Amino acid sequence: MSEVRYTDQHEWIRLDGEEATVGITKYAAESLGDVVFVELPASGKTVSAGGEAGVVESVKAASDIYAPAGGTITTANSALEKEPSKVNEDPEGAGWFFKMTLADKAEFNKLMDSAAYAKFVKTL
Amino acid sequence: MRYLPLTHDDRRAMLARIGVSDVDALFRDVPATALAPLSAFDLPDTNGELEVERALTGLAAKNVAAGAAPFFCGAGAYKHHVPSAVDHLIQRSEFLTSYTPYQPEIAQGTLQYLFEFQTQVALLTGMDVANASLYDGSTATAEAVLMAQRITKRGKAILSGGMHPHYAETVETVAGLFGPMTRSAVTPGGAEDIIALIDEETACVVVQSPDVFGLIRNLRPIADAAHARGALLVAVVTEAVSLGLLEPPGAQGADIVAAEGQSIGNGLNFGGPYVGLFATREKYVRQMPGRLCGETVDAQGRRGYVLTLSTREQHIRREKATSNICTNSGLCTLAFTIHLSLLGEEGLARLARLNHAKASALADVLAAVSGVEVLTPAFFNEFTVYLPKPAAAVVDQLAAKGVIAGVPASRLLPHDASVANLLIVAATETNSDEDFAALANALKEVLK
Repeated sequence: MSEVRYTDQHEWIRLDGEEATVGITKYAAESLGDVVFVELPASGKTVSAGGEAGVVESVKAASDIYAPAGGTITTANSALEKEPSKVNEDPEGAGWFFKMTLADKAEFNKLMDSAAYAKFVKTL
Repeated sequence: MRYLPLTHDDRRAMLARIGVSDVDALFRDVPATALAPLSAFDLPDTNGELEVERALTGLAAKNVAAGAAPFFCGAGAYKHHVPSAVDHLIQRSEFLTSYTPYQPEIAQGTLQYLFEFQTQVALLTGMDVANASLYDGSTATAEAVLMAQRITKRGKAILSGGMHPHYAETVETVAGLFGPMTRSAVTPGGAEDIIALIDEETACVVVQSPDVFGLIRNLRPIADAAHARGALLVAVVTEAVSLGLLEPPGAQGADIVAAEGQSIGNGLNFGGPYVGLFATREKYVRQMPGRLCGETVDAQGRRGYVLTLSTREQHIRREKATSNICTNSGLCTLAFTIHLSLLGEEGLARLARLNHAKASALADVLAAVSGVEVLTPAFFNEFTVYLPKPAAAVVDQLAAKGVIAGVPASRLLPHDASVANLLIVAATETNSDEDFAALANALKEVLK
């Protein structure tokens, strides 16, 4: 069974067994507006929690994507390079950014669950 | 908006925060020998406008203007004929007084000429995409190295010894902060083993063609060697008119082209303002510095121009921006665009052939002077000669005879004794056969 967590930088991370999938939240995608370009991390790259792992660029802003937890990138969603609009269409599904293995599951457990994230977004 | 950014309190707070007593303390490390007291400048306290005009006219008369003598200086700044239509048009106040567009889409005329300029630069260099210009050729080259460092995530750059030394120094100053800069050794004849220096840490190889000695380089083998090791080739051009005759760097495998555009539409201007040309492959466009203009359609389907990919830029990406360049050389860019539009493709090719023909004729005339040897085997409109005496002294003596003979290599490479007798000479469409005869005759007398 998969578990989903959220960061205060508006990334989501879904853990399925050993592998986690990362993307940006619906709230982030709506705030950014039409996404026109995504820069993805290379497979094999190691990242630390909160470290830069990519860039998302919309018609009005460019933002860094941070790794919600430390680990190693296994796959990047190269479909986004051709069709960055997937990030707007399905941010928490087909618009995922990359998959990774986690170095320490405790970092994952510390993140917000969906109820806590929904509460956090209301404060913004 | 306040136009006085700092109050005394602001200044005190900032100095206190960094632990400095006063502003002068920030300049403590400047050597005393470099500091001249204001009293050292013998300037009168007050003078009337007429007196000032008279004094400055007297000072100006000590110069020999480039147009007032047979003139053969090049080495990065070239005297070409600029049609009077160029100056007439750029002096329209809409062009002359406008700054780089910060509310861009309201300035459709400005964006349209920038778009035309970018198209011209892309065609000239043989690249996919060009920006709306940078400050000049040397800073464009430094930006090209920074861009290569970003793309390859490597720091090291190999700078050809044939690159203009001022360009090399600019690159070392700017990009040297992010990785080691290695200068390759070069003989005045142009032989250089730059390929051997490329390794797996190399971000880019930077090669100028024609080089500072006038030699036309074959970039293709250098591009192939760089690409084989994951490095980029930055091609540098200081004489833009050469692109009307020579194979464009893009066709020789260059990944980034940085060039000086002064030769087209712009005068010598005492060394500036000039206009930096910058072009690259489409796949690297998001790492390109500077402003980029695009063509689009409005809601009614009418053609319009916009600044595009601004998210790379400083006002949006802040410290993560691809560069600190948020402006361009607008008026020089316009002069370039108007002049090149007047020339057209055929006109530029004819102008380039004429330049080469002039330089070839000059080389023949100089080679006939006893003791003078032309060293550059393949050149465009500039080449290097060996003189039997130190070139700097010869140039001074020729200047006294009313001939501005060229740039002594020792002026560019003051610490290299091996270039003392080398003179870099350029000829353009502005030089006549009488100019060539005047140089040859004066040179014969000086070398006697």
